[in-house]
Amino acid sequence: MIATSRGFAKRWARLAESDQYSLSSGSRVAVIGGGPAGSMFSYFLLNFAEITNLDLQVDIYEPRFFTHCGPAGCNHCGGIVSESLLQRLATEGIELPSHVVQRGMESYTLHMDVGTVRLNAPGLEKRIAAVYRGNGPRESEPLHQISFDGYLNELAVEKGARIVRRMATAMERTGDCIEISCADGHHRAYDLAVVATGINSHFVESVCGSTARIRQPKKTTTFISEFRLGRSMIEETLGNSMHVFLLDIPRLEFAALIPKGDYATLCMLGDDIDDELIQSFFRSAEFKQCFPDAIVPPHACHCLPRINVQTARYPFDDRIVMIGDSGTTRLFKDGLGAAYRTAKAAARTAVFHGVSSRDFENHFWPLCRTIDADNRIGKFVFSVSGLIQKARFSRRAVLRMTASEQAGDSPRKRMSEILWDIFSGSAPYREILGRAFHPAYVGGLIWNLAASNWPSARRRDSETAGQGV
Amino acid sequence: MADLGRLYKDGEIIVREGDSGDCMYVVQKGRVDVVTQSGNREIVLRSLARNDFFGEMALFERDLRTSTARAVGEARILTVDRRTFLRGISEDPSLALRMVRIMSHRIKDLTARLTAYENTPQTGST
Repeated sequence: MIATSRGFAKRWARLAESDQYSLSSGSRVAVIGGGPAGSMFSYFLLNFAEITNLDLQVDIYEPRFFTHCGPAGCNHCGGIVSESLLQRLATEGIELPSHVVQRGMESYTLHMDVGTVRLNAPGLEKRIAAVYRGNGPRESEPLHQISFDGYLNELAVEKGARIVRRMATAMERTGDCIEISCADGHHRAYDLAVVATGINSHFVESVCGSTARIRQPKKTTTFISEFRLGRSMIEETLGNSMHVFLLDIPRLEFAALIPKGDYATLCMLGDDIDDELIQSFFRSAEFKQCFPDAIVPPHACHCLPRINVQTARYPFDDRIVMIGDSGTTRLFKDGLGAAYRTAKAAARTAVFHGVSSRDFENHFWPLCRTIDADNRIGKFVFSVSGLIQKARFSRRAVLRMTASEQAGDSPRKRMSEILWDIFSGSAPYREILGRAFHPAYVGGLIWNLAASNWPSARRRDSETAGQGV
Repeated sequence: MADLGRLYKDGEIIVREGDSGDCMYVVQKGRVDVVTQSGNREIVLRSLARNDFFGEMALFERDLRTSTARAVGEARILTVDRRTFLRGISEDPSLALRMVRIMSHRIKDLTARLTAYENTPQTGST
């Protein structure tokens, strides 16, 4: 009898808590940061609210205008919308119009010291989009186009969100609300505060520890720069292909050159990228050969943004949730896809379950944990890729196997599919690793290791190294 | 300015009735007619425009395509793979919400058309 009444009391307390921490018509939501995570959260929150007849007020705190060129309007990112994100957005009815897309990619070109090979998209379809996060690099002509971030802002505003052009500097728990304070002295209380500032903002630091039990994610530095080549030169030299580099340069995990309108964006990922590493990469013959006369032009602008390499612990509390890079993201890839996934999971939780720490723990945290677990597998995948980068004989085998798959018409192109998914971030690392253990793939790799390192093949390869395949 | 997906010319077949498939299609630009063959006659089942999808049945069942989709003028089409779609809805079932809503509208539309057909004097049933 006592046990029953205890159980009842517990359930009653939980019910009371769920009512206290749920959004109702008239509830106010603050979204700090109007990048993709913030805009997509607002869009989906208002979409779910519409379905459930909730009338919510959503304020997006974003002081920047994404119509500005250079750092003032930029969100410091390579600007790739992955195949999987593009497909999911299309399913949601969110289409990327041509005035948002700088270039549609139909292939990847892999550059190694042993040669170059092109991986074509299935059906030669443009399923990867290169976009600008602001309105183009520093000193570029204003574009008659809308940036990706600006476009998502517009979608959120069309759904009913309000953009507040103020710099949010702090948040504080006051009674049953979260109060947001701005640099100009403005402050307002909200029923839910969503942190979507990324990790290159001081706001995240102000949240962690003081207001909530949240600990910041781990970060590493990347390098991004823009080269002005002109549209016709880009067509001629880079085409609609993303150029990726697997080079034996210590501490460099991955580098990619992404052609856009008049510019090409270089992204370098690795272990504490510094000037020495950047210069080593710029001196490499494989990078130089992407430019006319093998001369790397001066870059129009560059930045060293930090990226998230380990999920924040825990990116939520009562009435607080951290989405996008502020909370978790995929290791080295598909940051925009992770922003979409975490934003939507947080919006779903807030509308259908509630905004307590327990609600986020039950309905939002599992996704973060899935991403985090997959990133651990990703670390292993990248360490194997690092070994391939270091050993010339294995680079030869990768090149040979990929080139023969691309030249043939077999429906299964196992090496190409693995490389495509690593480069594009379209599949979870767990799935990529699973495919790498398939006996047919392992057998093919062993055969290509032998065939490409046979003395006569090596002689032939050394004569053709560096040429396009 | 750049476009995504694949460009189909006027009259080009995107999917053919009776073919097997493992993806659905989303119209990015232009128009698409979904048609089927009834004896020697071609019936236009639906005309689709930007953001509309077709071929979605292939995502749920391994059956042959039940109709043909053809570009009307130039059309840009994006494919959505079965694997990407199913991975998406296993993580987030609300991904299918818009599709369910549109499919429900289509059923409503087909029911209205069927009722109208049944009530026409020359073809109506007893």
